[in-house]
Amino acid sequence: MVLAMHMSDGLVNPPTALAFGAIAVIGLAVASSRARRDLDDRTAPMAGLVTAFVFAVQMINFPILPGASGHLLGGAIVAMLVGPWVGSMCIAIVLVVQALLFADGGLTALGTSIVNMALVGVFVGYAVAFALRGLARRSRRGLIITAFVAGLVNVVVASLGFVLQYAIGGAGGADIGTVLTLMVGLHTLIGIGEGIITAATVGAIAASRPDLVYLLRRPGPPLDVRGRAVSGSTS
Amino acid sequence: MTSPTRDRRATGFFAGFLLVALLIAGGLSYLASGDPDGLDTVTLTGCELSADGEPVAGTCIAQNAGDHALADSPFADYAVGGGEGTVGLAGIVGVVVTLIVAGGIFWLLRSRRPTDEQ
Repeated sequence: MVLAMHMSDGLVNPPTALAFGAIAVIGLAVASSRARRDLDDRTAPMAGLVTAFVFAVQMINFPILPGASGHLLGGAIVAMLVGPWVGSMCIAIVLVVQALLFADGGLTALGTSIVNMALVGVFVGYAVAFALRGLARRSRRGLIITAFVAGLVNVVVASLGFVLQYAIGGAGGADIGTVLTLMVGLHTLIGIGEGIITAATVGAIAASRPDLVYLLRRPGPPLDVRGRAVSGSTS
Repeated sequence: MTSPTRDRRATGFFAGFLLVALLIAGGLSYLASGDPDGLDTVTLTGCELSADGEPVAGTCIAQNAGDHALADSPFADYAVGGGEGTVGLAGIVGVVVTLIVAGGIFWLLRSRRPTDEQ
């Protein structure tokens, strides 16, 4: 059995890989500058642990259909626990460790993978959780529903990232409609698993340390939909 | 602003969180499904697979995949030196390395100014 879970080299052509590599670098540069204000003596160790936790859980492939499995991406977990800027760095670090240390995910595919899971997945997960923050802050049950939905949607939209990349520069000439149907179908099933893991993780942490859940911590919205700081937000 | 009691509680929580990650990577990883994941299922569609999951006949996206540049590295494919049954050890190494890299980066990036949001 070969455990591999991310894009290999050669699935998209070099110009596409390079273009998404550039988008990944720019996105992470912006994220690291924005991440500073979300990191302090308490949240920095939390962010390190959340990253290690996502690495661990990504190893656990769960069955979704006979002959097919899925695993956590983690975008909604990190977005809800440490915020989208720090969270996108968490997922990118996991992907780099997996590619460099475990030969999982091609080196030239790192850009496409980072865009799909660390940027698209995290920010979509955050957008869903942020839209439902009223529900999430009302009760534990509301938080769990929010986490489930954010987890599910983050996986499905991240899978669309691959479809877009394949449509732009995919190798092998597979029918794009078939790729789209299969990717969305399989990742809807995986998304149910992701939603359950996201709900269990965020729910458990909120039960013991709600102050360490980014989505619950701030009384006002820290960011608007375009990621700018909202005037009047604290700190 | 943070009292010693609160710091102890935070340390306990962080230690518990790390333990959970280590148990998942070091133990639960043995129960992980060996079937291809969602993306691999799509890229392998159209191909017949050999016993070890490599495409051997037909036409599929995965046939365009190159070998990993670091395929011979000591922890490649979540095994230690290619050994059977070492996924748990590889997982523990991964958790520790990820924690050091991520924790180090976030610690260096953290804002030193006192926060007033408590």
